[in-house]
Amino acid sequence: MYSEKALEHFKNPKFAGEIKDANGIGEVGNVACGDVIKVYIKVNKKGILEDVRFQTYGCVAAIAASDALCEMARGKHIDDVLKMKYEDIVKELGGLPPVKFHCSVMGIQALKKAIENYKKKR
Amino acid sequence: MQRSVYLDNAATTMVDPEVIKAMEPYFDRHYGNPSSIHQLGREAREATEASRDRIAASINSRADEIVFTSGGTEGNNLALKGVAFANRKKGKHIITTKIEHKCILNSCEWLENEGFKITYLDVNREGFVDLEQLENSITKETVLVSIIHGQNEIGTIQDLQTIGKICKEHDVWLHTDACQSYTKTELDVKKYNIALATLNAHKLHGPKGVGALYIREDVEFVPWQHGGGQESKRRGGTENVPGIVGFAKAVELASNKRHIERMTKLRDKLIEGITKIEDVSLNGPRGSRRLCNNANFSFFGVEGEGLGMALEQEGVLTSTGSACSSRSLEKSHVLKAIGLSDAEINSSTRMSISRFTTEEEIDYAIEKTEYAVKKLRAISPIKKAKEVLKNVFGKSA
Repeated sequence: MYSEKALEHFKNPKFAGEIKDANGIGEVGNVACGDVIKVYIKVNKKGILEDVRFQTYGCVAAIAASDALCEMARGKHIDDVLKMKYEDIVKELGGLPPVKFHCSVMGIQALKKAIENYKKKR
Repeated sequence: MQRSVYLDNAATTMVDPEVIKAMEPYFDRHYGNPSSIHQLGREAREATEASRDRIAASINSRADEIVFTSGGTEGNNLALKGVAFANRKKGKHIITTKIEHKCILNSCEWLENEGFKITYLDVNREGFVDLEQLENSITKETVLVSIIHGQNEIGTIQDLQTIGKICKEHDVWLHTDACQSYTKTELDVKKYNIALATLNAHKLHGPKGVGALYIREDVEFVPWQHGGGQESKRRGGTENVPGIVGFAKAVELASNKRHIERMTKLRDKLIEGITKIEDVSLNGPRGSRRLCNNANFSFFGVEGEGLGMALEQEGVLTSTGSACSSRSLEKSHVLKAIGLSDAEINSSTRMSISRFTTEEEIDYAIEKTEYAVKKLRAISPIKKAKEVLKNVFGKSA
């Protein structure tokens, strides 16, 4: 059902939490449909994501995808991050059940929202 | 090795070693076909009939009113379709509830497509059927009322005695799906005026793939599986002799009031321990009108599938009604019927014990649940503050 890698991200998420002085925050989903993903980013002057963190209410896939997303986006330039696709996360997780692809889509959406939020603030 | 605490006994149970022992000779020594007239066949026939006697006695029916099946799903299909088609000329209306097992609801949907009319009764917050609505729903066209005895998700035990009385007064047959309740609370088909009852083995430490349908003598019924005339022409197919023997042995071992008393105590300990965790509510009733092995909770701010996996990683095996449980993405229709919000359904977890569950396992499960809930809430953007919960769940937590 879930790959070892997805389960490891779920069990020991490395990027769970909030960034107190984040300069971009994005949130998608609602409790009624089952998942809420909130992404915090700290972007430096060069446009690099110095830190990325998440808070997620959701299933195994939502939490694992959130953590993988943060890991992949960290240290990247926002232009490169904006090119990320949900397929990249699914691949990173060693696959997800097809009914769970939307969890990774939501993660990407939350991250992109956080970048939009950062751009607006500038 | 990590320990494992199995709290999913409403899904299925471990087969009791004594049951396995009782079954074994019927695979390689007494392997005859009950329809054969030689020695091996006669042995198999005797074992099958002795098993039938035992199961009949356990529900106060006659032995010839017991039809062996492949389990609960077949029994429920057979009851609904067998009665519906036999009585088409009398009436084409069936009454059931919104909290039935999927095999009842999907059979009803199929019958609707075949031109039958189905009424789905509402239930209250604890899952009890509205008896007034039942009485008002019965028409001249009604041939069958089908109501689940012990609910598989929330443990509600319906008042079959009163329901049976209503059915008798209006001269309609009552079928009950007793797969979860069988041996866990009284099931007396005479006392309750039950015309058909679905039973199965694997919920009570018997093997999978075997069950029985009780069909009272006066019920007009057509078989659904046609074959060589087995089961008094009510269900074709060579009898699953080892399974039937195992089923009867499982019933014998389970039919002990002390098991019920013990499970009730452990269930209440579990409910008490889990509901002590902040912002957790119990779904379904309390006390003697709840199955002795069932507990079901909503953990505010925690998603059910995630909690199930977090618990599994600690060795505690449970089940969820959440839409996120990865095979279906379908929310529990039962939790919906008792009026839970989507958020409460998505945060639901069922824990079901058995007579093999120990007190120490309950302590372990409570401790690990507390830990897992805390861990998942820590990474959740949904704050635990009661005010936020009030907004999210639309009620005070």
